[in-house]
Amino acid sequence: MTCLHADGVTVRRVGRAVVDDLSMTVDGGQFVALLGPNGAGKSTLLTCLAGLAAPDDGRILLDGRALAAIGLRALARRRAFLPQAPRAEWPISVERLVALGLTPHLPAFGGLSQDMMTHVAQMLEQVDLVPQRDQPATTLSGGELARAMLARAMVGDPDILLADEPLAGLDPRHALDSIARLRSLANGGMLVIASVHDLTLAARYATHVAVMHKGRLVAFGETATTLTAPLLRDVFGVKACVQDAGKITAVVDFMAA
Amino acid sequence: MSRLLWVAAIALLVALLLLSLAIGQIWLPPSMLVDGLFAPEPNLGGLILMELRLPRTLLGLLVGVALAVSGAVLQGLLRNPLAEPGLLGVSSGAALGAVIAIYFGLSTIFPLATPLLGIIGALLAGLITFTIGRGGTLTMILAGAAVSGLAGAGLSLALNFAPSPYAAYEITDWLLGSLAERSWPQTLLATPFILAGLGCLLSTLRALDALTLGEAQAASLGINLERARLLGLFGTALAVGAATSVTGSIGFIGLLAPHLVRPFVGHQPSRVLLPAALFGAILLLAADIATRLIPTAQELKLGVLTSLAGTPFFFWLVLRLKRTAP
Repeated sequence: MTCLHADGVTVRRVGRAVVDDLSMTVDGGQFVALLGPNGAGKSTLLTCLAGLAAPDDGRILLDGRALAAIGLRALARRRAFLPQAPRAEWPISVERLVALGLTPHLPAFGGLSQDMMTHVAQMLEQVDLVPQRDQPATTLSGGELARAMLARAMVGDPDILLADEPLAGLDPRHALDSIARLRSLANGGMLVIASVHDLTLAARYATHVAVMHKGRLVAFGETATTLTAPLLRDVFGVKACVQDAGKITAVVDFMAA
Repeated sequence: MSRLLWVAAIALLVALLLLSLAIGQIWLPPSMLVDGLFAPEPNLGGLILMELRLPRTLLGLLVGVALAVSGAVLQGLLRNPLAEPGLLGVSSGAALGAVIAIYFGLSTIFPLATPLLGIIGALLAGLITFTIGRGGTLTMILAGAAVSGLAGAGLSLALNFAPSPYAAYEITDWLLGSLAERSWPQTLLATPFILAGLGCLLSTLRALDALTLGEAQAASLGINLERARLLGLFGTALAVGAATSVTGSIGFIGLLAPHLVRPFVGHQPSRVLLPAALFGAILLLAADIATRLIPTAQELKLGVLTSLAGTPFFFWLVLRLKRTAP
């Protein structure tokens, strides 16, 4: 069972704490929606949880071991990370792009095995990109690229998936598809943490919400009990109406306070 | 790259290698060269082939490979199609180092001084570029331009204070870049460094592929970016530094060769390296043969020819980038 534990994590930038003494424990099987206004420190926290940046203070443990003590490759096999607005730098084919997710699984010498390519093909099917298989990744539309990147992250079968705004730029159908997919990954035992700005989708699909404000974790818990109108008012400064949080019919609406 | 293209490219390389052995400042019938090679006693044909043309050809092969592979790796690391040893100041750093060795007469006391100072110059220039230009492609290229400017100023200074017009002529002549009159000592001097540099460069393959996804994702895939950058820089400094310190600066091969092959390998950065090496050698040997064939009163320098032929390509690249850039 995967367990990611942050203990007093603090990140300072130019003297200001971007992430401030943040502690939380998350487990496999949870889909944690990371909520908070712009500049709340969500991206910085995700980078730290991914082990890509070391916090100035505090520590992060994966199954009781400090992230920094786990080798780069060993860590890469266990967790996938999707930064904000990822893009392809060269016009490689979509298939190749997805296969790059298997980099930490490649043998020291030699390339992709037949099994690996079959797995890549399955991923392409899952994200609905079979027709684009041989298309240069740089020519994909924003939504197609986001799906290709998600497939890239999932192809290595990680225990943990950290995604920074994976729904940004997706049309309603693909946003729904993507977040439902994140939830089903969590149902399969994966720990999924994703920063999300669409509160309705978060309220519907996330098992848990973690709410950040000015670097601090102001609320963390099951969606049904944690995502409330007063919390949204305090954090986002909007008058909010939250219905059925944690259910598939949930709606979050708001207007300027 | 399809098998047919590989075969064609290798055949072209072999043909150029043979041509490079067969063509020189004086025309000797091939039969004389071959006979000379197998004759028991020293003779003109055998000597010209073994002491002049063979080392020159091998050096051309190695330098072409070194420039092209460095270019391919730098382009992959920086994810910038304009990256090239010359553009990052590495070549001019190497030239400055080598000129210092020539200028102070170090090379006459200690023959390894020229390649060693060339490599040190390349390494220093590369380090400055990488340190200052960190954080973006544009800043990296600007830093490279600044470092090239600095090294250029150093070269001008050396010319300015040259002890004699002859020394100034020697430096300029060397700077233009040429394979002429390079023989075994220079070739053997540069070879180990170039090979070591190529070794470093080839160890970055997986990092180059992963960097297609950008730095954050590459790091998340277990790639040690710091290590890849250092290997790329060190490998380029070794390979290009050694090459430049024997041949003078030869531009555009490192830029051109990777571009020529990229569409044939699906743009995958790691797959660019080998065919780029092949084309780097082809381009350099072809250019070197051309300098021997084009009838000019003075010898046409290889570096001048590659710059003349390469610049239009650079313009084309800039225009294409302008079209495709968002």
